Amino acid sequence: MSDYRIQGATGEWEVVIGLEVHAQVTSNAKLFSGAATAFGAEPNSQVSLVDAAMPGMLPVPNKECIRQAVRTGMALEAQINRWSRFDRKNYFYADLPQGYQISQLYHPLVGEGAIEVAVDEKNPDATKTIGVERIHVEQDAGKLMHDQHPTRSYVDLNRSGVALMEIVSRPDMRSPAEAGAYLRKLRNVLRYVGSCDGNMEEGSMRADVNVSVRRPGEPFGTRTETKNVNSVRFVMQAIEHEASRQVDVLEGGGQIVQETRLFNPDTGTTRSMRSKEDAHDYRYFPDPDLLPLELDDAFLEECRASLPELPDAKRRRYEAAGVSPYNAGVLTAEVETARWFDALLEAGSDAKQASNWVAAELFGALNRLGRSIEDCPVSPAQAAELLKLVADGTLSGSLAKQVFEVMLETGDDAGKIVEERGLKQTSDTGAIEAEIAKVIAANADKVAEYRSGKDKLFGFFVGQTMKAMGGKANPGVVNELLKKALG
Amino acid sequence: MADITDLGVAGLRDGFRSGAFSAREAAEAFSAKVSRAKALNAFLVETPDHALGQADAADRARAAGEEPKPLAGVPLGIKDLFATRGVATTAASHILEGFTPPYESTVTQNLWNAGAGMLGKLNMDQFAMGSSNETSYFGNVISPWRRKDGSNAPLAPGGSSGGSSAAVAARLCPGATGTDTGGSIRQPAAFTGISGIKPTYGRCSRWGTIAFASSLDQAGPMAQDVRDCAILLEAMAGFDPKDATSLQLDVPRWEANLSSDMKGKRVGVPVEYRVDNMPEEIEALWRKGVEWMRGAGAEIVEVSLPHTKYALPAYYIIAPAEASSNLARYDGVRYGLRDLPDGAGLQDMYAATRADGFGPEVKRRIMIGTYVLSAGFYDAYYTQAQKVRALIARDFEQAWEKCDVLLTPTAPSAAFALGEKSADPIAMYLNDVFTVPSSLVGLPAMSVPGGLDKQGLPLGLQIIGKALDEQSVLNAGLAIEERADFKARPEAWW
Repeated sequence: MSDYRIQGATGEWEVVIGLEVHAQVTSNAKLFSGAATAFGAEPNSQVSLVDAAMPGMLPVPNKECIRQAVRTGMALEAQINRWSRFDRKNYFYADLPQGYQISQLYHPLVGEGAIEVAVDEKNPDATKTIGVERIHVEQDAGKLMHDQHPTRSYVDLNRSGVALMEIVSRPDMRSPAEAGAYLRKLRNVLRYVGSCDGNMEEGSMRADVNVSVRRPGEPFGTRTETKNVNSVRFVMQAIEHEASRQVDVLEGGGQIVQETRLFNPDTGTTRSMRSKEDAHDYRYFPDPDLLPLELDDAFLEECRASLPELPDAKRRRYEAAGVSPYNAGVLTAEVETARWFDALLEAGSDAKQASNWVAAELFGALNRLGRSIEDCPVSPAQAAELLKLVADGTLSGSLAKQVFEVMLETGDDAGKIVEERGLKQTSDTGAIEAEIAKVIAANADKVAEYRSGKDKLFGFFVGQTMKAMGGKANPGVVNELLKKALG
Repeated sequence: MADITDLGVAGLRDGFRSGAFSAREAAEAFSAKVSRAKALNAFLVETPDHALGQADAADRARAAGEEPKPLAGVPLGIKDLFATRGVATTAASHILEGFTPPYESTVTQNLWNAGAGMLGKLNMDQFAMGSSNETSYFGNVISPWRRKDGSNAPLAPGGSSGGSSAAVAARLCPGATGTDTGGSIRQPAAFTGISGIKPTYGRCSRWGTIAFASSLDQAGPMAQDVRDCAILLEAMAGFDPKDATSLQLDVPRWEANLSSDMKGKRVGVPVEYRVDNMPEEIEALWRKGVEWMRGAGAEIVEVSLPHTKYALPAYYIIAPAEASSNLARYDGVRYGLRDLPDGAGLQDMYAATRADGFGPEVKRRIMIGTYVLSAGFYDAYYTQAQKVRALIARDFEQAWEKCDVLLTPTAPSAAFALGEKSADPIAMYLNDVFTVPSSLVGLPAMSVPGGLDKQGLPLGLQIIGKALDEQSVLNAGLAIEERADFKARPEAWW
């Protein structure tokens, strides 16, 4: 349970949040036409006769879009409806060529599902279940451009007819943080499945945010819906603002009006767009151009078989292999990271050693270089070789760091670098003993102190010996020999 | 040689194949007749070049010794609801005036692939909404038929495919495409003494045909006789992946399997089709039709379709509901008419464009459709109408346990005079009472001429068949045709 509370003048308030996420389906073609869907193309260059709603044009469902939505539903362990139907949502707008959007009101493709959301950053096993009410498939609209002409608006139909999944949550979230975690997790699952690129900046994922407030334990209050919020941060901001606005209204003796609101990212506030009274009557009815969608066993089987390992399962697998829960959470938070890590494991690395190295060394280096894991200069196979050299004692931790730096710079393999630069660590006891003898001779006072019980000085002797060895001595051997020599 | 334009589709095809005349001769003869028949107002656009181009291709192919295509040498009239590439396509509306599609409807493309040519685009009721052709923005078609009373009152050619019926009846073309949503092929065929068939829903692709009511719209041929209808339908029909409701079935060889022998067939006569105030002449024709069927060897059975009386109200909910949505795309934004008053915003543009662009009957149906779909009324009207539709489907299923085809009159009257019913939409809608039930269920149905009334005007008989059983419908039609021996033709006054 979230203990997020808004402190009003008259006491505590609880916020109730539901999200409707519009996710653009990853597909080369639109939902009901063969037109392309690439982002950023010239206006009206990706428009078929169907998308422009020319007279006599008819929609034909694109199976790939349906498949992606079904796979998404399966990834959320949702009910897949073998029989679903498309409805028309009728309204006039210049970006809606048909005068209706083909959507699914009465019989959606996907029913009840759930998402496990981490509610504690430190502990990925602390989760809360957020219900998913349904996922339906629908067409996107086009886009109006108001900046092309002093008195006219232009219409770009490139997005017209692009397939969207509308993923509707239950009103199960109770804080901006939970909503943020839900969105991030949902985006993560979509990316794992490959059904949506989750790119909120390009608009391929956006959220309508439903917010209401109530006294803890009381029934739901009246909600408002803030439309088309396009980043996780903005969603959290919109909730925060909207919840405190509602508290102010209620505490001021007012009432919340059920209405549609708009979020302004510059101010972090929401404002009213239209109230329920002037809400559209969409006159939904089954689209007579389309037959009901009936899915057979073979199709569902294929959808299921094509699902990748999902983040939660992956996280549990990593943990079972010895990765710390925290690292397992970090490594599975982005599909690209998980893919990289899986390749590292496949190349033979030990899970625990590899996870620590990725979390500390690799992420550190990428951060420094300002690179993402997709364009990491070191391949998983190269990293595996480096880790192997550490595991078999060829490299110490500090030598490994040096080698890794060179790898990042040159792209060379670890073995080659070790060879060329002589960075191999030594376990040559004779050489180490000789240096230890010199260190002891030069620091007789410290030796005495150590022997009289000042154990902390052991580190000093290790440091001196390693320094004398040029950092190439095997630290385990140094420890062992030092202990012997110091008695 | 007799006038080439008296020949029907089969006659032209066979004459061309035998070398009796060239395809160009045929195309020229029909084009000439079209250009002289302006008084009928049947054609909105004349396209002699299209007809001649296809004819020349046919002639060249024959000269080269190639196997002639199924419709080589046959020029046709095309209802203006079918999009034709490079040729204005308006659905007889102002809102699409001047619209020239850069694409070809599947049905017309199928016809051109079969070798046919186009004489022109045929007038019709605006957006196929009407039963008299009076809703066309470009003036009504006038039937080539006249009453014997000497009044010379201009008569309705039926609707909505009134240009098609008038053109075939006046022998301006040997055949024409029509579309039928609630009777728009059958009723005008009956009014003008020709044959027309609406196939099973899904036989003909709807792609590129301007939509009226998507779940009902179906294209079909209109021609002089049953054989010609079979030939044309074979060319028009076929699976189309661009129409999600298209049937993925091979096209049967309807012409080759034509037979007027009705032995072993049971013909159902639905009692509920005896409506009040039906003219005695129509009753009499129906009885004659029953006798002809019996004469052809069929067994006659009385059947009941108990929900028939609810069909018309259900139809006038479902069809307008779909139309109100289908016609939303005519908004002045992308093509067709745009009325943009000075300083007007988007809503003003919509209002002005649609107010000016749609005729009164189209507006009436958009209003009805919008009303029945609106919040609070949807269940009472649309949902209820769909339930009725299911009950009507069940009526037919039960009837098919007793019979193979149904025989009914096509329309409750002969052609009426223009203006006679246009003031009373309900009276106009009643014209569809016999044709609408089979439309709601998507069944194949055809009208064949049966005789003349006292005024010398044609009357039609309707045959309704099981889904996908166009063959039985055509065969029963042929049996009537052979016995009715309908030879009457309008006397040319145009």
